Amino acid sequence: MIRTDGVTKRFGSVLAVDDVSLDVREGDRYGFLGPNGSGKTTTVRMLLGLVFATRGSIELLGRPVPRQARDALREVGTLVEGPAAYRHLSGRANLTLLDAAGPDGSRRTRRARVDAALEQVGLAGIGRRPVGAYSLGMRQRLGLAAALMRTPRLLVLDEPTNGLDPRGIRDVRDLLVELNLAGTTVFLSSHLLGEVEALCTRVGVLDRGRLVVQDDLAALQTPTGRVLVRTPDAAIAAGLLDGRLESRTPCEHGELLVVRYADAAELTRQLVGAGVRIDELRPERHTLEDTVLALSGPGSDVVSRRPGRRGQRPGPPS
Amino acid sequence: MIRVELRKLLTRPRTWVAVGLLCLLPAIVAVFLAVTDVAPRPGEGPAFLSAVLANGKLFPAAALGIVLPLFLPVAVAVVAGDAIAGEASGGTLRYLLVRPVGRTRLIVAKFVSVVAFLLLSVVAVAITAYLVGSRLFVPKPGTTAGIVTGLSGTTLTARDLAVRTVLVILYIAWSMVGVAAVALFLSTLTESSLGAALGALAALVLSQVLVTLDAAASVRDYLPTRYWLAWVDLFREPVLWHDIQRGVVVQGAYAVVLLGLAWANFASRDVTA
Repeated sequence: MIRTDGVTKRFGSVLAVDDVSLDVREGDRYGFLGPNGSGKTTTVRMLLGLVFATRGSIELLGRPVPRQARDALREVGTLVEGPAAYRHLSGRANLTLLDAAGPDGSRRTRRARVDAALEQVGLAGIGRRPVGAYSLGMRQRLGLAAALMRTPRLLVLDEPTNGLDPRGIRDVRDLLVELNLAGTTVFLSSHLLGEVEALCTRVGVLDRGRLVVQDDLAALQTPTGRVLVRTPDAAIAAGLLDGRLESRTPCEHGELLVVRYADAAELTRQLVGAGVRIDELRPERHTLEDTVLALSGPGSDVVSRRPGRRGQRPGPPS
Repeated sequence: MIRVELRKLLTRPRTWVAVGLLCLLPAIVAVFLAVTDVAPRPGEGPAFLSAVLANGKLFPAAALGIVLPLFLPVAVAVVAGDAIAGEASGGTLRYLLVRPVGRTRLIVAKFVSVVAFLLLSVVAVAITAYLVGSRLFVPKPGTTAGIVTGLSGTTLTARDLAVRTVLVILYIAWSMVGVAAVALFLSTLTESSLGAALGALAALVLSQVLVTLDAAASVRDYLPTRYWLAWVDLFREPVLWHDIQRGVVVQGAYAVVLLGLAWANFASRDVTA
């Protein structure tokens, strides 16, 4: 659905995106992760033909971008960097205008399609209020409705749950999974690891403009070779596990032990055989957070002082 | 897309406020003239006003003369300056482009909508001025009712007057096309509607200053505001076409060049807003 080859974007002297080769396959729920300022939005804008790449090639739904971007975009629904609408018009009027502006929006079915999209995002009873009076969450939902009109084959969503409350986040996630199961490919760009972990099947991580990893989510959540054991009989267990015990922390009704042990089933047998009571036992897995933090540096919103310039007052930018 | 842009224009409260204000200004002038009955001496004050006291039917042309030098360009610059920059700063530009709307189509539709706005304004000013003028300036007893005298002292028939007024409307609308093109071009350069509108007005003020400057005589005939006041010639007998023709050509040239620049810039630039 999306395939880029060595895409690079330079704004003046700033290298925003550096040699990124994405591969999003049909049916994926693809999470595009990265700290703030890592180039996610610029990459998304290049995919959509809004920003022109300095180098490299982009293919969207099998068509080259930006040359044939217009053909490809007919089947793409987007939410880029927050929703936007004409503030003096109602949500319904906004969707109607946007639908009328482009191709594939038959006038006969327009009203029905607008209503269906509003219904999908939970804004069916929105009425004639102007968008200027909407809450942040309602605007976000309206933006999603605009993306869902004309049932696109690919959804490109940049931070779609911004401004939503926990309930709204859940609604959006359920909606996206439902659409995905019905055949829509979802490309979700976000800096929220939890959101990507909860929704996506494949992950790409961008760091300072470079794609540092691109893999199935499951492949990134490998076991660490440690087992977490919560037991009231910590002393007995510790005796059995000499040398393999990494740490003991007191917790409710006993202690939490971290054990270096590859096979959780075997460990369970051994402990239970020795009469150790167990509250909880589970193999530890790498989290997406560990993986991402290990692979990426600080976001560009962290501005550390350069060594050697301590005590100097910040001068005007040269 | 053109239809969508026109709908946006007409549903926007700002459009009607601007048109309303443009109509109000000549009406205020008319009230003062009618109450005091003191006309500017011929050749002074806004063109044409002295003739109006004798007959209100000339007031549509006079009203356009009042709004032409400043108010109309301001309104047009604001609307055209907002065309692309306003969509960019509101974030709606990116959604239009990925809808997808081609960049060329979008800028053409924007230009058409600006032209629609300026035609709407000019026609609205002419109509309200006709209504106001024919109420307030009743021909004095002693003069022959219904006789309208042109600038050359000859009388104009009703049909003559109607035709000339329509020509004035068209000429003044055409004079604004250059303003619209400047503002639209600047609108593709910036995300600030205000910046684009003020930039266009600055260009016009510069042009006005140079027109009156003898040292700039060599370029005077090519300045965009040089022939703006030539519409007065439509009320001479016979009509002096020379300046009007040159005005049409100069405005057309500015419009073509600047719209070309606007297109070239907009079609090739990164949309990061």
